[in-house]
Amino acid sequence: MSDFLYLIPLLPLIGFAINALLLGRVPRGLTGIIASATVLGSFLLSLVGFIELAGLPVDQRQLTQTLFTWIPLGDFDATIGFLLDPLSAIMVLVVTGVGFLIHVYSIGYMSHDPGIGRYFAYLNLFTFSMLTLVLADNFLLMFVGWEGVGLCSYLLIGFWFQKKSAADAGKKAFIVNRIGDFGFLLGMFIIFWQVGSLNFLEVNELAPIAFGGSIGLVTAATLLLFVGATGKSAQIPLYTWLPDAMEGPTPVSALIHAATMVTAGVYMIARTNVLFMMSPDTLLVVAIVGAATAFFAATIGLAQNDIKRVLAYSTVSQLGYMFLACGVAAFTAGIFHLMTHAFFKALLFLGAGSVIHAMSEEQDMRNMGGLKKYLPITYITMLIATLAIAGIPGLSGFFSKDEILFYSFTNPQGHWLFWLVGAITAGITAFYMFRLIYLTFHGRERMDEKTKSHLHESPRVMTVPLVILAVLSIVGGYVGLPYVFQIGSFTNLIADWLKPVMAPGQALAAEAFAPTVLAAEGGHSTALELTLMAASVGLAVIAILAARALYKSDHAAVTRLKERFAGVHKLLENKYWVDEFYGATIVRPIVAGSVFLWKIVDVVIIDGLINGMAALTAGAADTLKFTQSGRVRTYATGFVIGAVLVIAYFVYLR
Amino acid sequence: MDPVAYVMVAVVLFAIGSVGVLISRNIIILFMSVELALNAANLVIMAFAKAHGVTDGHVIVFFMLTVAAAEAAVGLAMIITLFRNRGTINIDRFSLLKW
Amino acid sequence: MNLDLVIFAVSSVVAIFSAIMVFAQRNPIASVLYLILSLLSQAVLYVQLGALFMGAILIIVYAGAIMVLFLFVIMLLNLRGTEDLGLPSHPLSTPTKIIISTLFAVQIVLVAGRAALPPVTAGMLVEPDPTFGSVTEVGRLMFTEWVYPLQLTGILLLIAVVAAVVLAQKERSEDEPVVTIDQAGGPADPPTEKVG
Repeated sequence: MSDFLYLIPLLPLIGFAINALLLGRVPRGLTGIIASATVLGSFLLSLVGFIELAGLPVDQRQLTQTLFTWIPLGDFDATIGFLLDPLSAIMVLVVTGVGFLIHVYSIGYMSHDPGIGRYFAYLNLFTFSMLTLVLADNFLLMFVGWEGVGLCSYLLIGFWFQKKSAADAGKKAFIVNRIGDFGFLLGMFIIFWQVGSLNFLEVNELAPIAFGGSIGLVTAATLLLFVGATGKSAQIPLYTWLPDAMEGPTPVSALIHAATMVTAGVYMIARTNVLFMMSPDTLLVVAIVGAATAFFAATIGLAQNDIKRVLAYSTVSQLGYMFLACGVAAFTAGIFHLMTHAFFKALLFLGAGSVIHAMSEEQDMRNMGGLKKYLPITYITMLIATLAIAGIPGLSGFFSKDEILFYSFTNPQGHWLFWLVGAITAGITAFYMFRLIYLTFHGRERMDEKTKSHLHESPRVMTVPLVILAVLSIVGGYVGLPYVFQIGSFTNLIADWLKPVMAPGQALAAEAFAPTVLAAEGGHSTALELTLMAASVGLAVIAILAARALYKSDHAAVTRLKERFAGVHKLLENKYWVDEFYGATIVRPIVAGSVFLWKIVDVVIIDGLINGMAALTAGAADTLKFTQSGRVRTYATGFVIGAVLVIAYFVYLR
Repeated sequence: MDPVAYVMVAVVLFAIGSVGVLISRNIIILFMSVELALNAANLVIMAFAKAHGVTDGHVIVFFMLTVAAAEAAVGLAMIITLFRNRGTINIDRFSLLKW
Repeated sequence: MNLDLVIFAVSSVVAIFSAIMVFAQRNPIASVLYLILSLLSQAVLYVQLGALFMGAILIIVYAGAIMVLFLFVIMLLNLRGTEDLGLPSHPLSTPTKIIISTLFAVQIVLVAGRAALPPVTAGMLVEPDPTFGSVTEVGRLMFTEWVYPLQLTGILLLIAVVAAVVLAQKERSEDEPVVTIDQAGGPADPPTEKVG
């Protein structure tokens, strides 16, 4: 009974069709309801699928449905097929669940926007693409979804296209993503070349044999896939588009650029974990890139004043955590963090949206302060999310983050340096998140009087999703209890759930790292786990206290600090000048090269050649036209001369 | 008599016909020169038919005569139309189809 | 001295001479008569080549029918050979053209000289082969092996007749009124038909 799978992505597509084809004819109030209803339908269907999946024996938990053959080419068939297994089930639930809440929130947030029909059409199209990406049973269909979400991301970032910065940000996101997509495509080609199939199940099964001993090719393929992931999931070196993507509407930032689309890279790596497990080198690269991104993005987040930019860098940083998890072969932890992050980061963005909504589109935290009493629900929910992301015990972020940190220390692919970077990043995260909370909700009210008079709590349609997400941010973590807290049968549910998907990869790794894995499994040291946990939580608490001391009421200390470390502050405030560096090293030479190609190669050489040929022809014709005298007898003479020459050739020269 | 001698006569006739086409300005005389060249070709075919002893050549010549008749009818009709429109039979005056 | 040779020589010389005279004088009617003379001489050569029937056809169809058509057109256009034919205005002079044509002829002769023809003797005095070139034989071939080309020739003639009529008919101008019985005021004057 898996023939309803296609309905999960189809429903949002229907919503898109209704809102896009009847653009402007659907009553304003109805567009959001249609869009939300379709996503809710998908969510319910996903739940049905999830329950059905849970009812199956552990090793048979796969629902597949092949709709039709899309591209038959020789012995290669690209099919439109869907696969619901434990991994995609989690993703589908996150995408449709969080997506539904954000759709509902958008009804309130976008209620005054004239382009509301277009907005919901795009949002539905995005949900469709994302579900296609997640449910695809082969690389090609996944790539279709992958490109689809990229397109929707572009459309929604540039939703307010009248604003030049928004249009530019859209283009930037699209182009940077394209670089990554190129890597994804190449990786796909290598896999098809070696394995002869693009179906995930077949690839997982055949890859260890097909690639045989050629670790180099696996490394190349996985590295290229990882390039694709860095583009989509905003990792070094392709992360620069994500902060700019904040030009889009805030719910879009929450849905696409925090909860779902940017996690596609993590999902893809988890999906192909067998391949990644075959190449220790790639895993190391993934871990290093993940850790570095987590750390750098967090430090940039320290010095940003735009509330959404802080969250954007925070997202980049958290995505870095997920990649770190994948890089140390703790895919389960990565997916776990992906899920909890979707809850609390969506909540943070929606809360920020609520703040911005109340502040009459003001986004600079320096002009906020003291909002606690005006926006109580927003404040409480955002505080919960902040505590979650900071890794305070008891909330979801704590469980997932500590699982990652634990595995990065103990897994054979890990290293204590990864743990150190991760723990420090956790501290920094706690600091800048509480800086955000204190600057926004506490202290002096720094906004002008006009804005102040408009301050109001958001309508129910916006706050209810906040509350639901806040609840999820608290309880979401209990599906993945750490080893030490596992009591009786209440174990690490998510790890058990994902085991069928991860088992083949783990088995492969077990061959490669046989002794150490066994050691790690056997010696799951409670003391070590508690120590690591205490260290990271301790760092976070210290950071929170520091933020409280610096930002709670008066900012004199901050000013002194800024002056003391003026150089460092400038570096962070300007995001390490990475954008400028890319501009100088990549964009400028390309522009210069293009100008050269345009002005010299195209205008002078190519146009010159063509115009020259034309001029030559015209000149020749001007001269030769006089042979066309119109006199029949001259032509006849021509015939005879020709005949004489032809016969002469045959008589004398042959 | 060797049939080759007839071929030689035909060649001479053909050359004369082509000279007539090349140099005459009167369109009717030019047309007659074409007929002359056509008949020279017929004579060649007759000579070869004799040389090989097959009568098929005669049938071909018969067809060529038919075609010549058709051609003469159409050609003369065209000459009449040309003369009616332009008032001259000088072939050099009909030189509109040029650059 | 062979009688066949004499007949051949005389007919050839007459054919060539009259062929030259077709364009070597200016009167079109004389040109037609010279062309007829040339064709008659060629008919003699046909007969020498054993083609009695085709010789007769050449005289009847060509010299008889086609050349009469030429004459008819010349008289219709009332040409006297005194029309203004303008100045010779060609990049190639007449002698050049004659030389080119002569070259052409010489080359064909050279090619013909290479041809390896069976040694056959033609002439009226040679014992005729009853199966070669007779009316019976030509007729048999025409209606057996060549029957489809024959049909096509018939169609070609039909098309030529229609084409000649269409080409040569006088176009009625737009403003010329079609005379009807009412306008003419009586039944005596029938409507003018188009005349080809």
